Amino acid sequence: MMALQSSQRASDPAAGFMPSGETYHGQVRTRRRRGRVWALIFQAAMLSGVIALCALLLSIVNRSFGYVAIVNEIDPAELAVDGVPLNELPKEKLVPILEANISSGLMRRYEHDMPFAERSRENVHGLILERVVEPQVEASWGLFDSVFARGSIMAEAEERFPGSEVYFRSWLTASFISKSQSSEPLRTGVRTAIFGSLWVVFITIVFSFPVGVGAAIYLEEYAHKERFLNRLIQTNINNLAGVPSIIYGMLGLAIFVRIMEFVTSGAFLSGGDTTANGRTIISAGLTLGLLILPLIIINGQEAIRAVPSSLRQAGFGLGATHWQVIWHHVLPSAMPGVLTGTILAVSRAIGETAPLVVVGASTFIAMDPNGPFSKFTVLPIQIYQWTSRPQDEFRNLAAAAILVLLVILLALNASAVLLRNRFNRNRANA
Amino acid sequence: MTIAIERPTQAQIGSSGASANGNGRYAIEADAMSVFYGDFCAVREVRMKVPTNKITAIIGPSGCGKSTVLRCFNRMNDLIAGARIEGEVLFQGHNIYDAEVDPVEVRRRIGMVFQKANPFPKSIYENVAWGTRINGFRGDMDEMVERALRSAALWEEVKDKLQQSALGLSGGQQQRLCIARAIAVEPEIILMDEPASALDPIATLRIEDLMKELSEKYTIIVVTHNMQQAARISDFTAFFSVDDNRSGHLIEFDDTEKVFTNPGQKSTEDYITGRFG
Repeated sequence: MMALQSSQRASDPAAGFMPSGETYHGQVRTRRRRGRVWALIFQAAMLSGVIALCALLLSIVNRSFGYVAIVNEIDPAELAVDGVPLNELPKEKLVPILEANISSGLMRRYEHDMPFAERSRENVHGLILERVVEPQVEASWGLFDSVFARGSIMAEAEERFPGSEVYFRSWLTASFISKSQSSEPLRTGVRTAIFGSLWVVFITIVFSFPVGVGAAIYLEEYAHKERFLNRLIQTNINNLAGVPSIIYGMLGLAIFVRIMEFVTSGAFLSGGDTTANGRTIISAGLTLGLLILPLIIINGQEAIRAVPSSLRQAGFGLGATHWQVIWHHVLPSAMPGVLTGTILAVSRAIGETAPLVVVGASTFIAMDPNGPFSKFTVLPIQIYQWTSRPQDEFRNLAAAAILVLLVILLALNASAVLLRNRFNRNRANA
Repeated sequence: MTIAIERPTQAQIGSSGASANGNGRYAIEADAMSVFYGDFCAVREVRMKVPTNKITAIIGPSGCGKSTVLRCFNRMNDLIAGARIEGEVLFQGHNIYDAEVDPVEVRRRIGMVFQKANPFPKSIYENVAWGTRINGFRGDMDEMVERALRSAALWEEVKDKLQQSALGLSGGQQQRLCIARAIAVEPEIILMDEPASALDPIATLRIEDLMKELSEKYTIIVVTHNMQQAARISDFTAFFSVDDNRSGHLIEFDDTEKVFTNPGQKSTEDYITGRFG
């Protein structure tokens, strides 16, 4: 870069002087270098974050797909009738095969669930595969091993599990999402947990959004900031945002599950006793609502504070009441910020595990929740429970469930972001 | 030269009160008005009578409390925590700081235009309509919006884009929109806090012309840093200065012509001839 000619001015060294000429150019270069070093450090920080995230995602994906070695209790080939293989037999032939191989009690249960006359061929075929062929996962491998070390996997499977069927399996399948829980890794699913999560998050939002925004409005617009009580409340809200979530779980257990059992168990509706005794979706939703309430309040306050005072003054200057200014100007302007805060808070709620363990999420439940007063499980609980199982396959299931959780999280966030952008656009246009 | 208020004074702030200024000669009077922010006395002992349907300019050096005085006239200082007013501000014979007077009503009848144009982030139409709607306007809203925009000399420029965002207007247009919004609620007095200080000379001129026009129907009190502007547009001028305690106070209040050609006080002369301030 060309050195600029500095103006020559007689200066009195005793009075201090600004550097000029070569000294000055050297200084500017040093200053710029210093700036570049900082920029590099920040870049490195960002990169390490990205790398950590990628590693996390890759390890999840690695677990979710890969080769499995399956050993069947009965070889499907043995079930062939007159040389026709099992998967080509008509339904009329399949039903006797099923009847011959399972207990009559189980057969009656199937008949009770849905008469065989009404079942489709695929359904019966599936039952045979499940109950008669009864495939068992003997081993599973990660995605990267499966792609890059296919040969050695085959050799290992051949050696350790002779007669096993080795194929590439995605643990994240349609049936994994649509089926309810089961103790068999090949037949289990997360439907119950998905519904549970959605229900709990719904209750959480319904409870904490209005309460949180209301509290934020009160604290920012009405509360006297200098008053000791209000300062105390403000400080406490800030601190509550940092309280470990398990504490909220204990609070929820004490208040919602125990004290308010009559309400949270739904007994006040049916008038009778229920089996859930307070460990219900509504207890969990309210607990998580309490957990994220400080976050929503603090973010809401920030957003309300960011509304320019000129806007308020314009409203007041026209003879609007305080409430009219809040409702017509402050809240619409603050809404995008409030929604952003709520999105972050709800994202946290959806991934919470510890408080729900305390509140009493069921670890094994095969029945979909049918309302706020039913027992429930949620995806994080399901994942946590699967990771603590001794069998290896459940780790694959946990990874697949994490993917489901991530997708739900992203979908919820995306819809909230869309909502927020729409809000912004409406305000810009009209 | 008394100019009677044409519009009937709605019985909101006791129009029946037949007090000294009830004859409509003075739109608003400050009597021994002092303003405190906490313990700090921002403005001390102001006594001034603002004539009806005239433009009164408030001039003075920075920090002399011009804007503070202006904001006292429609109780906007109430919004500042810790602000306190002593003395009286009489509007139609009533002290607007009386306990039974609702500041919301005061602000509707004494409108305000701010230094920086602050249209609502809504459509042009809605900017004008909102104030009247919240104040319970019944009638033809379209007609009312048009009338307000015409009064603010903005109608011709925006009549084809009433539903567009007000934020898309130029600075001068935004400020005229704010004036339209203020006059839409039919105030008696319009307070203007340096309404043209952020505008270019042409936009400034348009605002000044507008103020002249509006002064036929409204009393206008304008704070300005620009002495030429004060001399150009105002009928009366109040000169404020600041003392050693940083408290502002009124030095002189008189006909603009007299203040600028033959000021009664030495400090006024120093200020308007540019020797300080």
